[in-house]
Amino acid sequence: MTDLNSSGLTDLGVAAIRSGVASGDFTAVEVAEAFNANVAAAQDALNAFIVATPDRAIEAAQAVDAKRAKGEALGKMAGVPIGMKDLFATVGVQTTAASHILEGFTPQYESTVSAKLWDAGAGMLGKLNLDQFAMGSSNETSYFGNVVSPWRRNDGGNAPLAPGGSSGGSSAAIAARLCPAATGTDTGGSIRQPAAFTGITGIKPTYGRCSRWGVVAFASSLDQAGPMARDVTDCAIMLEAMAGFDPKDSTSLNLPVPEWEKGLNADLSGKGVGIPREYRMDGMDADVAKSWDDGIAWLKDAGATIVDVSLPHTKYALPAYYIIAPAEASSNLARYDGVRYGLRDLPDGSNLQDMYAATRAAGFGAEVRRRILIGTYVLSAGFYDAYYTQAQKVRTLIARDFAQAFEQCDVILAPTAPSAAFALGENTEDPLKMYLNDVFAVPASLAGLPAMSVPAGLNREGLPLGLQIIGKAFDEQGVLNAGLAIEQRANFTARPGKWW
Amino acid sequence: MTESTYRIQGATGEWEVVIGLEVHAQVTSNSKLFSGAATEFGAEPNAQVSLVDAAMPGMLPVPNRECIRQAVRTGMAIDAQINKWSRFDRKNYFYADLPQGYQISQLYHPLVGEGSLTIDADEKAGLPEAKVIGIERIHVEQDAGKLMHDQHPTMSYVDLNRSGVALMEIVSRPDMRSPAEAGAYVAKLRQILRYVGSCDGNMDQGSMRCDVNVSVRKPGDEFGTRTETKNVNSVRFVMATIEHEAARQVDVLESGGKIVQETRLFDPGTGTTRSMRSKEDAHDYRYFPDPDLLPLVLDDAFLEDCRNSLPELPDAKRARYEGDLGLSTYNASVLTADVETARWFERLLGETATAQGKQPADVAKQAANWLISELFGALNKLGKSLEESPVSPASGAELLALVGKGTISGSIAKQVLEKMLETGDGANAIVEREGLKQESDTGAIEAKVEEILAANADKVEQYRGGKQALFGFFVGQTMKAMQGKGNPQVVNEILKTKLG
Amino acid sequence: MSVDTATVAKIASLARIKLGEGEAAAMVPELNGILAWVDQLGEVDVTGVEPMTAVIPNTLRLRDDVIDADPLTGGGIRDKVLANAPAAEHGFFGVPKVIE
Ligand SMILES: [Mg+2]
Ligand SMILES: [Zn+2]
Repeated sequence: MTDLNSSGLTDLGVAAIRSGVASGDFTAVEVAEAFNANVAAAQDALNAFIVATPDRAIEAAQAVDAKRAKGEALGKMAGVPIGMKDLFATVGVQTTAASHILEGFTPQYESTVSAKLWDAGAGMLGKLNLDQFAMGSSNETSYFGNVVSPWRRNDGGNAPLAPGGSSGGSSAAIAARLCPAATGTDTGGSIRQPAAFTGITGIKPTYGRCSRWGVVAFASSLDQAGPMARDVTDCAIMLEAMAGFDPKDSTSLNLPVPEWEKGLNADLSGKGVGIPREYRMDGMDADVAKSWDDGIAWLKDAGATIVDVSLPHTKYALPAYYIIAPAEASSNLARYDGVRYGLRDLPDGSNLQDMYAATRAAGFGAEVRRRILIGTYVLSAGFYDAYYTQAQKVRTLIARDFAQAFEQCDVILAPTAPSAAFALGENTEDPLKMYLNDVFAVPASLAGLPAMSVPAGLNREGLPLGLQIIGKAFDEQGVLNAGLAIEQRANFTARPGKWW
Repeated sequence: MTESTYRIQGATGEWEVVIGLEVHAQVTSNSKLFSGAATEFGAEPNAQVSLVDAAMPGMLPVPNRECIRQAVRTGMAIDAQINKWSRFDRKNYFYADLPQGYQISQLYHPLVGEGSLTIDADEKAGLPEAKVIGIERIHVEQDAGKLMHDQHPTMSYVDLNRSGVALMEIVSRPDMRSPAEAGAYVAKLRQILRYVGSCDGNMDQGSMRCDVNVSVRKPGDEFGTRTETKNVNSVRFVMATIEHEAARQVDVLESGGKIVQETRLFDPGTGTTRSMRSKEDAHDYRYFPDPDLLPLVLDDAFLEDCRNSLPELPDAKRARYEGDLGLSTYNASVLTADVETARWFERLLGETATAQGKQPADVAKQAANWLISELFGALNKLGKSLEESPVSPASGAELLALVGKGTISGSIAKQVLEKMLETGDGANAIVEREGLKQESDTGAIEAKVEEILAANADKVEQYRGGKQALFGFFVGQTMKAMQGKGNPQVVNEILKTKLG
Repeated sequence: MSVDTATVAKIASLARIKLGEGEAAAMVPELNGILAWVDQLGEVDVTGVEPMTAVIPNTLRLRDDVIDADPLTGGGIRDKVLANAPAAEHGFFGVPKVIE
């Protein structure tokens, strides 16, 4: 049947698995078994999954194999087992958002995005760990423990590194070959930054492309699901399966899903690539600066014209984000109150309001509590205009900056993150320092624009760096194409040595 | 405009009461404002609750067009400004009947702006003149669930069937100055809502609830501090709330106290109000635009459709009844008081005109008088409402045609109506069967008259001697002898001739 | 703008998050650090700028008034609604007794 051993199967990406299954080189069940084994073997070391669902993966694979045997048409993701970020509600499988407050919560419904993926023939390997309620940039805020990046510095030390966040389980699992692809969600960089940290690819589409229905909300006006995988083509395939109009989500875009995979084209002749001067900040990491220059050269080589553009309000994006996102979160997380589902902490003699306060104190981690308090404060009487309204006005200016820049170019190239992965524990003392990690990622989130991170190379410590491409609204194709041009030239083949 | 003379006599002189009302009216719709669950009254607990209404993680609101349409139509019915651009905001607070931890409402940009309604003069009710009451706004929002406190010794039970049902909050200006004005305002508003069909006005089922804002002041002074008494659910209770609350405030102020701005509860049992402990803690609702929803933009076609679907409203209808149909002010107002009565009357009028081959205006008085003085009285005795009337408008018209054509007399018609209500048979059939047709044959009447005059020779003499008042006696005797079937006109004429 | 311990305690109470002994005080410098940093937004001249309402130009869709049109957002699913409840009795959610 197949001469690929199981480690060979787990090296394959979405496109390769799909075509191998379709052509009968191997079965979907073989693929699922191989990944299930990797998931189980890595769990203690990497902690990428909150729950593994090997049976679900096998069942989905069997269904695909049966369909193929009957000669029926196979879906876009047929035979591809994936990891599901534990922010997506999955019917009958615990969904926690990595919080204690939702521990044991078993949804009676399936999120639109996950349902679309299962319909497309994907199977579920398990629910991936993340920062609690997607709040974090290092996956250190999960109630279920840190995710450890499979990468290590080349300094001989074994300092455990952050896989990025909030989709840190997703990034670690893909980089470690525990799954060929996974879902992520991006509120202020949560797909792109972990992708950059782990040498994989991830795209946040235009706000509204992927339904938010059934995804545990963090900040509604920013949250957007997207695929994370090992290359641009795999992202294109998976995004096609995830995206699409959903009448259950009022912010869903009522547009057809383009055939992004078919449209992939690395020839950028006639395209303009904008380089935002405000992103070249004082004291920029030299390796990051160099990878950015490499990216510019690669895109030039692909036929693009490089133009200098200005995004003058860049420096205000992060502070605006840290008003808007916590404000929305403080309200979105009010439903976790111990009444209808999840944790209930009812100390002796407590009344309803005491129960709320006790439940929420026990159920939310420190970072979640911090953001709820900030969000509550900025919305409170007397402060609303000074903080929230001002931030939303600044957000308008940030979106306007992009609109003006896109009069001169088709996509924007920038680093994904200001540094490579840092060590676990390195940034946890100072929340502000942690927040600064998303300085390059947040502006595109505030403007709702499609943006992706592709691996660009390794820094001097042997850690991956990512390049970010930001596109016009609805132009995922332009983003993917520029990403492909970089991918073909970066020739990023590095992978973490297996130590787990 | 003459100022109301309603005054509270305090120890320190006269006080004036200032009243503003916030009426929550349940919008008539099949499904909820943001979910597809049914709205029907009286279902089993939590049987009409969707995942959205229960605020499960990841659930999102999608607005119901009909609810928006009904609110717009209501706004048009009070001549209000309709805002083509409006938006939903979140009102954040924690309570067990509020699953999301916020109510989706409209604070900053309500759907309906400034309007007004006119309360009519009603001497008996203490309203010497008609008065225009300003309406500040109508916004659309979600209803909360229901808490039951009596089912368990230590627990309250939560039923979310009402959770998410659409409400219109209709906010008046503080324009009312007496309990009577407030009562008339609520009644008039209810009348309009029922005409428009946007709310069934069933106050006992909670379809209309009033938050009563009351303050007192010395006439001519600035507004005093107000209290808000929540969820008062009948016109009578609204008036009682104001009476009690105004008197209480005067007592507090006159004994040197201060009015605390607070939420109070009306107790129908005692007719008093008391402070609501559970909602006492400092309100800071942290309103902000709901990021799950986009701005609501209405186009001209939608507004046009709303306007075209508006029925004739009570004030216009009453004017037409008086002007075109020539009805008395009293009759016109009785017939237009409730939309169902007006509807019944208009069917009766149409059928009556057709049956008698006349114009509606020519039979309107007959129909109105019969409906108001005959049918209402008869139904009242049976304890039935007009909707439950065994006599339909068509059979009422059949009866009126018999009178109109002189087939039966008015007094016979009363007997026929009673038989109709008893048996459900038609007027013609009853008249035929019981031989109730009016006798107009002069010969037969002459014979009877001669009998009567012969038997009462003494009275004939007195009459001829000048006691004209005896004429009625002869009419009565003749009619009695003819079992009421003599044509009164013919009887009169013959008597006059015979008595000379 | 900055907060003191009393303000933190008030916010925590609004947010229904119980803070233990000393926790409010401990949060003061943390929150003030963040607030001082976001205060730089005040520098931005926003004259004539509308606050953002929809990040991608889009207006609100209205759905038809049909009961249970989509089973995922319809009613009649009491068992599913109560399935994860910490206290469900006789078809209700149970909470500590509330005195109104
Ligand atoms: Mg109110
Ligand atoms: Zn209200």
